[in-house]
Amino acid sequence: MKQMHLAAHFPGVNSTTVWADPRSRSQIDFTSFEHLARTAERGKFDFFFLAEGLRLREHNGRIHDLDVVGRPESLTVLNALAAVTERLGLAATVNATFNEPYELARRLATLDHLSEGRAAWNVVTSSDAFTGENFRRGGYLDRADRYTRAAEFVSTARELWDSWTPDGTSRPFAHSGQHFEISGEFTVPRPPQGHPVVIQAGDSDEGREFAASTADVVFTRHGTLEAGRAFYADVKARLATYGRQPADLKIMPGVTVVLGGTDEEAQRNAAAIRRQQVSPQNAILALEQVWGRDLSSYDPDGPLPSVDPDPGSSLVQGRVRVADPLAVAARWRELSEAKGLSIRQTVIESTARQSFIGSPETVAAELEKFVADDAADGFILVPHLTPGGLDDFVDLVVPLLQERGSFRSEYAGSTLRSHLGLTEPVWKG
Amino acid sequence: MSATRPLHLAAEIGGPPRYDAGSHVALARLAEGGALDFVTLNDSFARPGPDALAVLARVAPATTRIGLVPTVTTTHTEPFHVSSAVATLDWVSKGRAGWHADVSTTEAEARLFGRRPAAPASALWQEAGEAADAGARLWDSWEDGAEIRDVATGRFIDRDKLHYVDFEGSTFSVRGPAIVPRPPQGRPVTVIDATSGPAREPAARYADVAYVRAASPEQAAALRDELRRAAAAHGRAPDSLRVLAALTVDLGDAETTPEPGLGTGPQHAGRGTYFRGGPVDLAELIARWHRGGAVDGFHLIPITPERDLERIVNGTVALLQHRSLFRTFYPGGTLREHLGLGRPANRYTRASTSGATS
Repeated sequence: MKQMHLAAHFPGVNSTTVWADPRSRSQIDFTSFEHLARTAERGKFDFFFLAEGLRLREHNGRIHDLDVVGRPESLTVLNALAAVTERLGLAATVNATFNEPYELARRLATLDHLSEGRAAWNVVTSSDAFTGENFRRGGYLDRADRYTRAAEFVSTARELWDSWTPDGTSRPFAHSGQHFEISGEFTVPRPPQGHPVVIQAGDSDEGREFAASTADVVFTRHGTLEAGRAFYADVKARLATYGRQPADLKIMPGVTVVLGGTDEEAQRNAAAIRRQQVSPQNAILALEQVWGRDLSSYDPDGPLPSVDPDPGSSLVQGRVRVADPLAVAARWRELSEAKGLSIRQTVIESTARQSFIGSPETVAAELEKFVADDAADGFILVPHLTPGGLDDFVDLVVPLLQERGSFRSEYAGSTLRSHLGLTEPVWKG
Repeated sequence: MSATRPLHLAAEIGGPPRYDAGSHVALARLAEGGALDFVTLNDSFARPGPDALAVLARVAPATTRIGLVPTVTTTHTEPFHVSSAVATLDWVSKGRAGWHADVSTTEAEARLFGRRPAAPASALWQEAGEAADAGARLWDSWEDGAEIRDVATGRFIDRDKLHYVDFEGSTFSVRGPAIVPRPPQGRPVTVIDATSGPAREPAARYADVAYVRAASPEQAAALRDELRRAAAAHGRAPDSLRVLAALTVDLGDAETTPEPGLGTGPQHAGRGTYFRGGPVDLAELIARWHRGGAVDGFHLIPITPERDLERIVNGTVALLQHRSLFRTFYPGGTLREHLGLGRPANRYTRASTSGATS
């Protein structure tokens, strides 16, 4: 049976994360990170995943206050987690636009050494002047330049990781390219994995091409079987151009899971979680994100606004824009009218639906089907509670997957590359 | 009066580059066994070695009380990232973080980044001071109690307690607020080596701990007084600054007759003053300088940490403890508490909330 890979995503700063639940704990205390990482390692997961923030989100010119706010710097937390875990991979999201290759390659190589081969880097890019206001670089990169810079950044980092010989001799490097012109000596020997694992999370055409040429893992959003199969086929087909095999790139959608004793109970749990995720205030906010207008005077239990969205709005800063607000608004109105739904009910129906809902047996079977049908090589699980949101999955679903032979019962190797079945990169001297 | 001032001791655990966790953890635990205030780990882009802040983050869960102070440079790094990383070190260590701010002066370091040419030390130290200032403002940019989790209004934070810092430096600007909530210590401890001329101004203005190098207690006292006067000139309480004498120590030949104290050491021993002798002689020197009120303590830099740190802890520190000159256990949990420094008030907290009128 095709083996699946599993990763644990620390809950993020968006409405997926429910903070109002009495079981919700700190988003910043180290004990929360330790709890989720130990849970993931108990479940023999491939890796633990941290997102990154570089500017607090704003809404209508003010700091967004309805979701969890604040998080630590990823690599520092992962180095600390290396002390309380032994096998679990440790993945940090770090922006390629607001960092420099020499320093970041050094920090990633250090994590790989200190964790004895468990480091991964989720490469993200951003271009907005909003985030840039916190950095020397400031300003703006063209959308196209974001990926050329990211690609050159990764290849430069790999040159640095290869600049020491495998037997531990430092040699000078020199890199001259469109974005970086650097030379000297790297301060860290070649990492235990050769190169830390590279993850890519963009979904645009450039993003897919970047993943096919460069990444070891793709973190995708495609949660349905059909969309997942199409994405999987598309990205895997791009690999041959770069002389790579389908197994060289693992496709792992970010998914949410809701369990219950029975499928019916799980559906009720899922509906209750969706109501928690879409508070009355968050319903108005979700509406404003589509409409691009101040809708604070609307009643969340009343009907949708009759006014149309403002497509040129700058109301929302620091998050991904809604691509086609007029079309989304039309869909939501249609749904609201057809079912007689209020603003809040419409938002609950339209957003925040969980990926896998059911008894442990049902969920285990569905996860296996995704993998068997080539919609995914595994999953990045995004819990809605900090830090205990994966306790039940690890206690109830993982043993079923292990019994059925679709997921490891023990770690076979000690590095993240070995968990993912990735070969060690050839040293390019 | 000055003789009753508590003695503070710190030790460097770097040496020949090591890339594994275990050797660093062992040295930090050894220092913790001696109840030292903090360990330091030097760092530079100019020579082999791992990222020091990462190493001490790895050490944090393997220790419980000792302060953790990596060197972090400000010349080719982003002040926002530096502030976030140090704040995170404070979170993962539950209030034991500091950072030793340093600059990168060489052309070789500039070429590793390719962003800007090497600059004179005076300009780089001005920028380092600005990075420390901006970082401290970012640590304050979340008031204590900003996180409210108010279910009735759906608000996770009280955004009136989050603040833009709008810092404009000579080479960078930062908008804020921080991504990382205010760390446990309020502000992690800032350490600056005030040995070089251009570093003295930022040390007097922004440091919680300053290093000096002196060949005699009289010279050390004069340097300490100068730093305290400069701190006062910036509106600081002089007692908010701890001045430690940096001393490179070689306890390797403890069986032979010690050299009579102190002179300027050979190049390979690093910058500044150098002690060679036995652990007991080192204890005598520390006691003598401290008794005279010359310094608040020492930053000891063993030339061979694996060998010398054990002799410092089990020889020198044990003797100072026996004479009731140094703590035998940690009464506090945070590095600020070890150093006798209060948790700083937040500059953004409105006067009205502390009872004063505006």
